[in-house]
Amino acid sequence: MQQEPSRMIQIRWHGRGGQGAITAAKVVAEASFNTGFGGVAMAPTFGTERRGAPVCTSLKIAKGKIYDLSPIVSPNIVVVLDHLILNEVDVTAGLQPGGLLVINSPNPVETHALPDFRVAVANVTKLGIEAGLRKGIVNSGIIGVLGRASGLVDLDTLAACIAEEFRDRKPDENVRAARMSYAATQIHEPTPGGPDA
Amino acid sequence: MNHKMIESGNVAAALAVRLAGAEVIAAYPITPQTPLTEKLSQMITRGEMDAEYVAVESEHSALAVCIGAASAGSRSFTATSSNGLLYMSEQLHWAAGARLPMVMCVVNRGVGAPWSVWNDHQDAISQRDAGWIQVFAKDHQEIVDMTLKAFRLAELTHIPVMVNYDGYYLSHTYMPFELPDAADVKAFLPPYEYLHTLDPERPESLNTVTLPDARHDVNGVKRGGYMDIRHNLHEEMRLAMEVWEEIDADFQRRFGRGGAPIFDLYQCDDAEFVVVAMGTLANQFRDVVDRLRHEGIKAGVLSLQMYRPFPSSHIANLLQSAKGVMVFEKGLSYGNQGALFADLKSALYPFPARPTLHNFITGLGGREIRTEDLYQAVKTSCEPGNQSSPEQTDTPQWIGLQL
Amino acid sequence: MPDPRFKVLTSASTSGPGDAGRTGSWRVERPIIDYSRCTPARTGKPSCHLCWLYCPDNVVSKSIEPTIDLEYCKGCGICAEECPVNAIAMVAEEEFPAGGKNEP
Ligand code: SF4
Ligand code: SF4
Repeated sequence: MQQEPSRMIQIRWHGRGGQGAITAAKVVAEASFNTGFGGVAMAPTFGTERRGAPVCTSLKIAKGKIYDLSPIVSPNIVVVLDHLILNEVDVTAGLQPGGLLVINSPNPVETHALPDFRVAVANVTKLGIEAGLRKGIVNSGIIGVLGRASGLVDLDTLAACIAEEFRDRKPDENVRAARMSYAATQIHEPTPGGPDA
Repeated sequence: MNHKMIESGNVAAALAVRLAGAEVIAAYPITPQTPLTEKLSQMITRGEMDAEYVAVESEHSALAVCIGAASAGSRSFTATSSNGLLYMSEQLHWAAGARLPMVMCVVNRGVGAPWSVWNDHQDAISQRDAGWIQVFAKDHQEIVDMTLKAFRLAELTHIPVMVNYDGYYLSHTYMPFELPDAADVKAFLPPYEYLHTLDPERPESLNTVTLPDARHDVNGVKRGGYMDIRHNLHEEMRLAMEVWEEIDADFQRRFGRGGAPIFDLYQCDDAEFVVVAMGTLANQFRDVVDRLRHEGIKAGVLSLQMYRPFPSSHIANLLQSAKGVMVFEKGLSYGNQGALFADLKSALYPFPARPTLHNFITGLGGREIRTEDLYQAVKTSCEPGNQSSPEQTDTPQWIGLQL
Repeated sequence: MPDPRFKVLTSASTSGPGDAGRTGSWRVERPIIDYSRCTPARTGKPSCHLCWLYCPDNVVSKSIEPTIDLEYCKGCGICAEECPVNAIAMVAEEEFPAGGKNEP
């Protein structure tokens, strides 16, 4: 039988071409698959990709096989790899009420607070450098924030999948970035009535 | 031992081609096929695959190289999309007429003009009469399994096979699948032998001009003329359906997957209304069917896995007692209607109790196919009293137009 | 190999004289070999045989004195063109009222 669409976890990733959103989504797909989700489908933006341009990637996760590969309309989770994208793209479009918004941002979580959504923030860019990565490598770190805020997959599984995916590209530093971002994650619960209520 | 992984559809295809032991790969890159051929050339360069990669200057040459390689007795593979397939068109007919076994993946994409790199089925549909067997996969596992089975089908029937899968929806999407063990594939797929392998010790005249009439050769053997050769191709393409079913049964026995060689049915047992579609579009209807069933409408979906040869009697037997059949397709015969729809309609003609028919065109050039729109279209078609007039039946309805 | 149920009809045949039908009647000119110039005939050694190699209808024998099967030779003149010592002359068919024989 089919799972109800509501029982499917739908994650939309917003990043920039070259920022590695696809790799991040792939790591989460692997980790979910390894922890018993039989169905995962990760689809990058269909078409041409240009470095620096906003791109999005969708990841569907379910207990059973996924048959519907149409783009995600109402995600449960939105992940933003670069807070400046918030100025360009309506990232919460279709996000389910109470859904989770994960942002890499240098600003405190309160500045991103929203009435209808849980918001999780960490300064992944800064933590990446501290972990020993080149400036601008954020895709491993953001996985830590997502893992912490969603509880979807435990940190050790994520770390193992990161180490495998980045085996030729500083695996230890990438794992460290994810662990540090996990620890530094700040979460703001939905604030009905608006941020000032 | 099985190998489970999450990878893109293009990588799934490349790994299957390696498992199949293809010896000659000739291809020209074109979106969305490119990562498939990149993966193959990378594996060959790294010594992970024992094959010759011929970098050609066009798709026409790619297929010409495969024709040469297959004639010389090598297992050959190529892949393309869209206009690249059309550029091969002349050679497609040649490979079929020369009865050269080979496999090609067509990563389906809309055909220009105007340019579109996105998915529909017009490329494959436009080549349906070239004498190639055409199968359609709807997920990564099917890409792997169909590709392996396609090599055996091509070699047993001496008819080339096109394995179609949707551009982007499958080619660039990452999903789990498993690869069978190499030794098991070897046992499933015996070494390639071509009936007329080029051999200096046994020279033959191949594909020479045939006169309109049959003739006797130097040994007094009657040799068919053009028409006889083409008649045999047609007859043996029909027979290929049976062989495809046998191959699938053997594959299922060995690997535990299969059982739906011609079509994959979902909730069709007692269905009064059946959706017919190919590729990922068919899978997208599963949720629609569930929703309609929940509302008390006995709906089902028939995913057509083999388009050429067209399984007319199989499909007609299955659908003749349904109340309504809705054909959704991503391509059409311009100036007429959906090509699949026309095929299906003609297959049903001999049955007096045939269902009412609806034809929908959707997703051309990657236009988003909303599951909600599919649901609405099917639901409306199922409504009592929504009997189509002959005129309506023959007029395709377009879903998702933005005019 | 194909499944035994499949005949796999193609345009494939053993090459040899007559593979393209009775082409001997097509001739306007017929090739005549001058054995006093023909290399294998002159030396008695199996050599040259370019006429044998090039004849599209396989009607030249690969013998010390190459012979031409006029039943199927279509008179295309390729052998005469290829012969490196110009040993083959194309002679008008009217010169041979006796038909298949090479006597005038
Ligand atoms: S090509 Fe000329 S020389 Fe050579 S074998 Fe023929 S006739 Fe003789
Ligand atoms: S003319 Fe010479 S080449 Fe031509 S068919 Fe006769 S023997 Fe052969």
